[in-house]
Amino acid sequence: MSDVYVVGTDMIKFGRFPDRNVAEIGAEAALMALDDCGLTINDMQALYSGNLFEASAGVGQRILREIGQTGIPVVNTANACATGATAFREGWTAIKAGLYEIVLCVGCEQMGSGLLGGTGGGKGIPTEGLLGSGTMPSVFAHVGLEHTRKYGTTFEQFAKVSVKNHHHSTLNPKAMYQKETPLEEVMGAEMISYPNTKLMCSVNVDGSAAAVLCSEKKAKELGLMGRAVRVRASALASDPYTSRNLAMMDFNAVTRLAAKSAYEMAGLGPDDVDLIELHDCFATAEIVHYENLGLCAEGEAGRMIDSGETQLGGRIPVNVSGGLLSKGHPLGATGIANIYEVTTHLRGEAGARQVKGARIGLTHVVGAGSACAVHILEKA
Amino acid sequence: MSAAEKAAVKPAVPFLKWAEDGSPYLAGSKCGKCGEVYVGTRTVCGKCTARDAMKPVMLANTGRLYNYTVVHRNFPGVPVPFISVIVDLDGGGTVKGNLLDVEPDPAKIKFDMPVKVVFRDAGRKDKEGNSYLAYFFVPANNA
Repeated sequence: MSDVYVVGTDMIKFGRFPDRNVAEIGAEAALMALDDCGLTINDMQALYSGNLFEASAGVGQRILREIGQTGIPVVNTANACATGATAFREGWTAIKAGLYEIVLCVGCEQMGSGLLGGTGGGKGIPTEGLLGSGTMPSVFAHVGLEHTRKYGTTFEQFAKVSVKNHHHSTLNPKAMYQKETPLEEVMGAEMISYPNTKLMCSVNVDGSAAAVLCSEKKAKELGLMGRAVRVRASALASDPYTSRNLAMMDFNAVTRLAAKSAYEMAGLGPDDVDLIELHDCFATAEIVHYENLGLCAEGEAGRMIDSGETQLGGRIPVNVSGGLLSKGHPLGATGIANIYEVTTHLRGEAGARQVKGARIGLTHVVGAGSACAVHILEKA
Repeated sequence: MSAAEKAAVKPAVPFLKWAEDGSPYLAGSKCGKCGEVYVGTRTVCGKCTARDAMKPVMLANTGRLYNYTVVHRNFPGVPVPFISVIVDLDGGGTVKGNLLDVEPDPAKIKFDMPVKVVFRDAGRKDKEGNSYLAYFFVPANNA
């Protein structure tokens, strides 16, 4: 089986574009990724499209109407917050299988504002706020406080994640926000679901990202190996049974399952990784994923954020893009935007936020339901 | 259907049921093969994948608080603040619900505190005007 390479990738600056539709947004990133490797849609053998909110509306086909209806197969994916990463992985799978030599993967989303999630709906009466809360801030508050229960992790430690990622975003011109948020401001912001304040919740934005994936043979033929990044591992998991996950979504077991599988496929461990883009949909989530991805020992995540090890310049920088907290979280685009970020560092093209000498990077997304994707990329 | 039947109280969730004597309880299932206890009715065990091994059980109305959050912002019309808790019921089954009779202050909420299940009117009606019975948690020493 051929190794698979990312040869072209890009993302639009995340923002709010009420006057555009989701296919236009997706098309923009698709063209940018094609330009990044000097190719056109005529060179692509298939399109893998990730979008959640218009999952039944043929977003991939609509993107082709914007950039060229070449008749190639389109696969539309929807897989919660792992939607974009799943589209990317489907493209990887097809090349691995020898079905195609070169494909385009696009993730795009147009979001409203306000709370996502909530329990109930449908028959009878709405149960949100009656039988507990199922909003995403509440779900991830439970995730954080389970860590507090086990290890005594504090509100301040969770808040420090937000301070760090907002700081990182000041170095990323494609982030929704480029604004410092001091600890007092994060902790003093409107409380949504304790311990997540408004500044500890990811930003609902519109966005898109795209990647061109290619076999080794094709990349060499096209003379694209110079800036190519090798996909060392692609792993996807659904939530294995754990005793409380039907009442309290478990994002830990599913992440551990995908991470284990990815590290095994790559023949690498957490110590080999130079930078990580992980799923900080809420500040509480980043803390638990330090342990889930093996970046520190069990119970050490609070200490890890205190020590600054995950800041740019630290031992293992996490979310130097600004993360979902500040770059923004357009659900279907996020997984491929993470690939763009890590690829940019491995190419040494990340400018002011460049992780120096980065050779191996890891991306992680996990969505409610649950779906987790982990990819490990290597400078070719 | 008679007017009296139409006016009958409905359960807020399908796993809230009434026993023969008319008292409400939370209904669960227990796997005859691996012993795992679930909230609500099931036919296949999610844990051990056994089929046709599920037996209906009445879940306990006591348990311990495993986890919580204090919700300050919610959808329009939902009164805040409130405490959303995850409770491990004695004998098995984990349920999410609201904790009542405790101040919505993290300092006042203790992991592992004993709680009791109580059944009260949901305070919400559907479009046809039907009333609903819901379950809530209260500190065990209050009840």
